[in-house]
Amino acid sequence: MLNYIVRRLVYAVILLVLISFVSFVIINLPPGDFLTQKIEQLRARGDRSAESRVEDYRVRYGLDKPFMTRYATWVVNFAQGDFGESFEYERPVKELLGERVTFTIVLALATLIVVWALAIPLGVYSAVKQYSLGDQIITSISFIGIGMPGFLLALLILYYAVTVLNIEATGLFSQQYVEAPWSWGRVIDLLNHLWIPAIISAITGIGGLTRIMRGNLLDTLGQPFVEAARARGLANRAVIWKHAVRIAINPLIVILGSEALPGILGGGGLVSIVLNLPTITPLFVDSLKKLDMYMAGTCIVLFSLLLLVGNLLSDLALAWVDPRIRLE
Amino acid sequence: MSEPLIEIKDLRVEFNVREGIVKAVDGFNLTINRGETVGVIGESGCGKSVTARAILNMVPKPGKVTSGEILYYRRSKENPSDGQSRTTDVLDLTKLDPDGETIRQVRGGEIGMIFQEPMSSLTPVYSVGTLINEAVSLHRLSPVKRVGAQITETIQTHRRVTKAEGRQIAIEMLRKVGIPKPNERVDSYPHQLSGGQRQRVMIAIALSCEPVMLIADEPTTALDVSIEAQILDIMRELQESSDMAILFITHNLGVVANMAHEIVVMYMGKAVERAKVQDLFYQPQHPYTRSLLQSIPKLGQKKSGERLASIAGSVPDPFHLPPGCVFHPRCPAFMPGRCDTITPQWTQVGDDHWASCLLYEEAGK
Ligand SMILES: Nc1ncnc2c1ncn2[C@@H]1O[C@H](COP(=O)(O)OP(=O)(O)OP(=O)(O)O)[C@@H](O)[C@H]1O
Ligand SMILES: [Mg+2]
Repeated sequence: MLNYIVRRLVYAVILLVLISFVSFVIINLPPGDFLTQKIEQLRARGDRSAESRVEDYRVRYGLDKPFMTRYATWVVNFAQGDFGESFEYERPVKELLGERVTFTIVLALATLIVVWALAIPLGVYSAVKQYSLGDQIITSISFIGIGMPGFLLALLILYYAVTVLNIEATGLFSQQYVEAPWSWGRVIDLLNHLWIPAIISAITGIGGLTRIMRGNLLDTLGQPFVEAARARGLANRAVIWKHAVRIAINPLIVILGSEALPGILGGGGLVSIVLNLPTITPLFVDSLKKLDMYMAGTCIVLFSLLLLVGNLLSDLALAWVDPRIRLE
Repeated sequence: MSEPLIEIKDLRVEFNVREGIVKAVDGFNLTINRGETVGVIGESGCGKSVTARAILNMVPKPGKVTSGEILYYRRSKENPSDGQSRTTDVLDLTKLDPDGETIRQVRGGEIGMIFQEPMSSLTPVYSVGTLINEAVSLHRLSPVKRVGAQITETIQTHRRVTKAEGRQIAIEMLRKVGIPKPNERVDSYPHQLSGGQRQRVMIAIALSCEPVMLIADEPTTALDVSIEAQILDIMRELQESSDMAILFITHNLGVVANMAHEIVVMYMGKAVERAKVQDLFYQPQHPYTRSLLQSIPKLGQKKSGERLASIAGSVPDPFHLPPGCVFHPRCPAFMPGRCDTITPQWTQVGDDHWASCLLYEEAGK
């Protein structure tokens, strides 16, 4: 078991290093970096001090140094919590991202909880009552959920919330709490806003996961060990949950790390933009458009980190629930 | 002896599938006495497993018991020492609620079952001990000796087995079925055991609740010959020490000859012949039984796990059953005009020997 954990950790670290390198390469790919643009801008405005400010930047970011040196500097600073400066906003990236990292994680977790809490029982019901009316309704809705893009749903709900419910559906806080320090009231306010994006991101996820749960459980219910459990005198409920679902859910734990989390981060990104949520994604998209390289690089690495941690957790969870992996 | 435990009467089980209705069991009769082993043999698809599942009221969907009954002569598990004598109830197992309290007590607690596929019959995420414990805690009560407050008399009461007791029972059962180092093996998971060991564990689980009957549905089909012999030995030993009845389902005549007192031959959902082992082997009456016996591979040619060598012709299409005797298209003793028109009746052909064949029915009857 310990062996397994250590191995996973080592893989994660190696992967992170590779990702950081690749992202740094990508960031440096576009011809005409941010600085060249900035110089053009400053020149066009006829700014006298342009040349010296550019010179400042060059020294500060070591832009005249070789690529590998720049990369090394970036990584070392990053590890120490210095993510560099945003050219666009002329403020430290760390400051700009600030709470957004927390909100991104909170939103992803909230979405995951909604997805799992709904998809598992729905999938189980669908499989156990295969071809019943309930199953057919769940199946139809699942396919709509799978087919409907999250941002479209976000727009519809936004429209509905504003015109019919007359509530503010964008953002994660009400006006008075946006800049306020943390307090009990602010947490409540956050929860009050969180459910809309969580449900929007969840609906797409739920459809897929329900289908997968249904399929897995149908396969598992046909396995001899399920019949054997029933033949031992277990009640139907125990047979289904303790012997069938317990097995059918294992592949979902893998999906959780490798597909669900990235899906939520990606899909949630569009929703975030539509709903104007303070998550990482809107800043990230913006930074790519503006070639704001330190911002973009930091976002990529943070996303990767979230994914790697998610993957690691799901690997560990799988080992925990499945002795075939634990005792390998 | 000779006290009935299970009586299957005119059982019919149908599967309503898209192509039509499959009569998987079609008027099947069978009596199993307490402590006796009855072998049921027949070709693949003749309805053996479906019959076994019907006894536990767990015919898989879309199957349905359409008529007939399965009577279970149920003795109360009460201890006779508390003054009351044992009572016997008669339950029709087919009429019970399939997820009700009663059938759940019968399943596993009074009638245990082991299956054809040992590799996948144990839930992979539970240790052997956990699985045995689960069964034991459902069905087994342990006696508690209590001294009455006023009279110094020992009263026997019962309570559920605790986890620790369950573990002890598990270890004990694993030892009985011949698993080495049962103290350690009790914590093993299914994937850490071989096929033979898994089948031993299945037997241990089934026997841990001290059932009055064990249904063994081709328990050794998936195992190689030497393991098969060991498993059969264990079953025979355990049966002798426990006075348990066994319904032994197989398509292997060699296996059943060593296990059963009585054999029922099944064809297309019907019993075609029933006799004591000796009689069946030495004086088979039904042409189908004779063909089965002839198809046994000769000594020295037997390959492991080999199914019955083929009998002329093939099993008829279940949606278009032949009229008259269903075996007539393949029968070497086919009598045109009779076998393809008259349905044979269950006829006594010897001492405790029955067959359903027109050869033994008087013409014109
Ligand atoms: N789940 C099912 N759905 C449809 N038909 C079924 C189902 N289970 C069994 N049957 C039908 O019932 C008949 C009897 O099947 P059964 O499993 O009892 O055969 P068997 O005698 O146990 O054969 P084997 O030696 O292969 O185990 C088969 O012909 C099959 O068509
Ligand atoms: Mg079978």
